Amino acid sequence: MLIGFAVSLVIGIPLGLVLARVRWLDETLGSLVLGLQTLPSICWLPLALLWFGLNDGAIIFVVVIGALLAITVSVRDGVKNVPPVYLRAARTMGASPLAIYTEVLLPASLPSMITGAKLGWSFAWRSLMAGELLFVSVGLGHQMMMGRELADMSQVIAVMIVIVGLGLITDYLIFGSLEQRVRERWGLNA
Amino acid sequence: MAEPRLSLRGVSKRFYGRSGEVLALEDVRLDVRQGEFLILVGPSGCGKSTILNIVAGLERADAGEVLENGKPVSGPGRDRSVVFQDGALFPWLTAQKNVEFGLKQMGVGRRERAERARSYLRLVHLSRFADSYLHELSGGMRQRVALARALALEPQVLLMDEPFGALDSQTKQGLYGVIQEIWTKTGQTIVFVTHDVREAVCLGDRVVVLSSRPGRVKAEYPITLARPRHVEGVDVARKAQQIAHALRDDLAREQQEEYDLDWQPAESGVLRSADSVMGDYI
Repeated sequence: MLIGFAVSLVIGIPLGLVLARVRWLDETLGSLVLGLQTLPSICWLPLALLWFGLNDGAIIFVVVIGALLAITVSVRDGVKNVPPVYLRAARTMGASPLAIYTEVLLPASLPSMITGAKLGWSFAWRSLMAGELLFVSVGLGHQMMMGRELADMSQVIAVMIVIVGLGLITDYLIFGSLEQRVRERWGLNA
Repeated sequence: MAEPRLSLRGVSKRFYGRSGEVLALEDVRLDVRQGEFLILVGPSGCGKSTILNIVAGLERADAGEVLENGKPVSGPGRDRSVVFQDGALFPWLTAQKNVEFGLKQMGVGRRERAERARSYLRLVHLSRFADSYLHELSGGMRQRVALARALALEPQVLLMDEPFGALDSQTKQGLYGVIQEIWTKTGQTIVFVTHDVREAVCLGDRVVVLSSRPGRVKAEYPITLARPRHVEGVDVARKAQQIAHALRDDLAREQQEEYDLDWQPAESGVLRSADSVMGDYI
């Protein structure tokens, strides 16, 4: 799960940055990304099973597909909303094209990037659970299926509560504090 | 005469909008001397910001060329740094880091960068706020940071695009003082764009008046008043009035274009206020 999420961040952020700035890529790949986003990532499971076999690789692939597209789309939209005057200013100060990406576009779109990561995280969870429910690997989804098979609803509901709890904890501990820091710095706290 | 620092040779520019083609600039010829404080003034839509953008290398001229020390300008560069109307500072950096940004692009080392940024913040009297983020600073302070950021690059020419346009008049007066002080101290060549004639007279060595649609150089006024000048001063006001008079025809034309066709500006005449009937009841 964590690996899958990390991989999607590593691919998704640069992809979003490039899509927002390179027009022909956006016109070709961009619509593909949007289209794929409407496809629930669990639909990739049959293919993933063929490609990777019955193991964690398949699950990681599904998680990556689930999170990657959400992250890419939010980063792309974030970068497109960066005021052009920042870019003009950076160019008059002699910033190289690379520096414009790393030192202007990236920090300028940080708020929407965090939103993207948050979205990606919840998509990753969804795909992970769906994957675990459908095909047996050891994990929370598997626990739920066990509960179902044993007609033990208390176990199913307990697992559901655990999932919600985990979601809340990550949101508060990781994204919450990150978001808070960015908002403070940008002066967005009223 | 020495070779001009900056020279515009027959610069023209047209825009293609929804309402057709607009000739924004036509055959603009202008020389800026080393150390000169040149003001471009004109009504809105006369293309004065376009001139600045072309000099900065952010836009291309359709015809003519811009020479800097005799060499044609081909793109943006740190030898021509810009202070934008709204500052265009980066909200994710502190004041200090904003000033350092350009130096970092130049490859100046960390320590020297900090040192130079601090000295420029001192120049605009903002040392105390070096570690503040932008939202903690007022509009006038932000424009001073923007000024420090542009000056820190030690540009050949400093370009200022209505930098005080969005500020209130008290803040502006303070900044007029700061900018005159810096100009006197550093001898920086400055090209400053504004629509405010008083501001132009208060700051400039030479005021170039542009006409609108197409933008052309209409007239030039050398300003030889003693410095530091005060924007409320009588000498500044008198000179500004002369220049404003020359601008009036253009303003009337602009009003014809931008307002409803049946509207006419009121003729100035005898005051019809309570004051004008003073004494009637005696």
